[in-house]
Amino acid sequence: MTSAIPAKPVSPDLEAETAPSVGPGGPSDKKAVAQYSERVRAERRLGWILAGPAFIIMLAVTLYPILQAIYESLFQFRLTAPDEREFIGLGNYLVILTDNVWWKDLGTTLLITVITVAVELVLGFALALVMHKALKAVRGPLRTAILVPYGIITVVSAFAWFYAFDINSGYVNSWFAWLPGIDSDLNWFAQGGTALFVIMASEIWKTTPFISLLLLAGLAQVPDELTEAAKVDGATWWQQMRKVIIPNMKAAIMVAVLFRALDAFRIFDNVFIMTNGAYGTEVLSLLAYRQSISRLEIGLGSAVSVLLFLCVLIICFVAIKLFKVDLAGAQGGK
Amino acid sequence: MTSTKSKVLWGIVTVLVLVYALFPVASILSTSFKAPSDLTNQRFLPSPGQATTGNYEQILVGDAQGLFLTALRNSIGICLIATFIAVVLATLCAYAIARLDFPGKKLVLTTALAVSIFPVISIVTPLFNLWRSIGLYDTWPGLIIPYLSLTLPISIWTLAAFFRQIPWELEQAAQVDGATTWQAFRKAIVPLAAPGVFTTAIIAFFIAWNDFVYGISLTSTEAARPVPAALAFFTGASQFEAPTGAISAAAIIVTIPVVVLVLAFQRQIVSGLTQGAVKG
Repeated sequence: MTSAIPAKPVSPDLEAETAPSVGPGGPSDKKAVAQYSERVRAERRLGWILAGPAFIIMLAVTLYPILQAIYESLFQFRLTAPDEREFIGLGNYLVILTDNVWWKDLGTTLLITVITVAVELVLGFALALVMHKALKAVRGPLRTAILVPYGIITVVSAFAWFYAFDINSGYVNSWFAWLPGIDSDLNWFAQGGTALFVIMASEIWKTTPFISLLLLAGLAQVPDELTEAAKVDGATWWQQMRKVIIPNMKAAIMVAVLFRALDAFRIFDNVFIMTNGAYGTEVLSLLAYRQSISRLEIGLGSAVSVLLFLCVLIICFVAIKLFKVDLAGAQGGK
Repeated sequence: MTSTKSKVLWGIVTVLVLVYALFPVASILSTSFKAPSDLTNQRFLPSPGQATTGNYEQILVGDAQGLFLTALRNSIGICLIATFIAVVLATLCAYAIARLDFPGKKLVLTTALAVSIFPVISIVTPLFNLWRSIGLYDTWPGLIIPYLSLTLPISIWTLAAFFRQIPWELEQAAQVDGATTWQAFRKAIVPLAAPGVFTTAIIAFFIAWNDFVYGISLTSTEAARPVPAALAFFTGASQFEAPTGAISAAAIIVTIPVVVLVLAFQRQIVSGLTQGAVKG
């Protein structure tokens, strides 16, 4: 009873506030809202019916295996000795992180990533400018040519570069014999430095088209008026580049760099074909492959896989937090 | 700059780009016509008068045909199926993303993005283990399923970008005329969306066609081994002979579909890649 008293003065206020909107149109409004929410609900249901299968499959083929890998990485488990499976906690990680091989492979992977991405950025930007400015007559042939390395199988590219440089079947040594350090006895794949050079050349050749297409899309978004205005003001070509074009496509450049860096970090095919990791050219993906598929050390291999995955997450995190790369925004998301 | 001068300049630039893009292909093409005894001639081209189609004969009708042709059949079959499934699912998904309002839309897109940057090798070990225990190891489905992790995300992004540019008033008009949502989609939108879907299929096919990690990790025999993996297992006609020529010839054959698709659809592929990548 006592509680009803303070409530009394409140309710007229509320009624006063809601009264106008109820009024004569009240019932039909309510009906509209009910209909609307039914439509909304139907739309939501349809949305998930259509998007659901793709979403579930994507999760099933990545999230489930990575969770499985995390679980397996806690065991000492070799497929050739299935009965000796033993829980060892973080033991596998300890083995890997205290082993020089991991750090050497990480170094090689990072070296390849940094050099290829840097070279590809410059080369890809040049190609993007060429495609952007090209006369109509040559635009088609240019694009067709650039798409050939994009579409070609990485393994084919690896063999092409390998055979060209190979000491027996190659012609590079005889072509470039006039350069100091190159003669018919140079075996490119018998030492780390030269082998990495060819591996990176193949990687750069194959993936530069992708980065140049991303940059081309960025170039197309720089408003023409801006460059025109700069030109009228007497800016040189280099000034236009540095002050107008590059700042305006910073987002596209960042996305291209991040995508390529993540891709380069996973490098596998070229190394596998050319050296199979010999002479200090082993990369992290190859280490994971060697442990689990070749040596059937599922526990150790899973731990390497998980660490590799963490590396990718860290690169992403650093790029997104530190450099504010808006992947979703630049990828067409809203 | 006079017009002739700029034409000459563009001519030179075009030639440079063509050399850059095609030289390694030309290099392996030339190697594929070298006879085994001629491989060490230290020259780009086969020695005069010694060019041979022997390598092609070896992989198409000779000793290595079992190895190569089955791998080719595996590659074509697996990649086409993986592409087809991915494009169908991605079409439905991208339609929902571009067109409908539902909670979790952003989650789907973010998931696609996360899956596309996922290191393939990280999931190979658990799949290898799982496939062995449930019998999918060394089978077609055993490769088709993981290939979806490669082809689905890019298909969703590319198609969502395409679909955002479609004039959806047409669909509303169809609905006003009494069509259901599904009919409107099928009758008014599919014809407009078909080019985008087709382009997406080409891009997804390239990606599946390129796979190597799954190919060598999840197969062990000719039952499912695709071409890129098979190339790594080629051996020479005798143990003293390098398989260089046969591999080169096989490499050229699997490059032909790529070149044909690129020649026929360069405009669509470029717009598909750039739209999917930056803004719809």
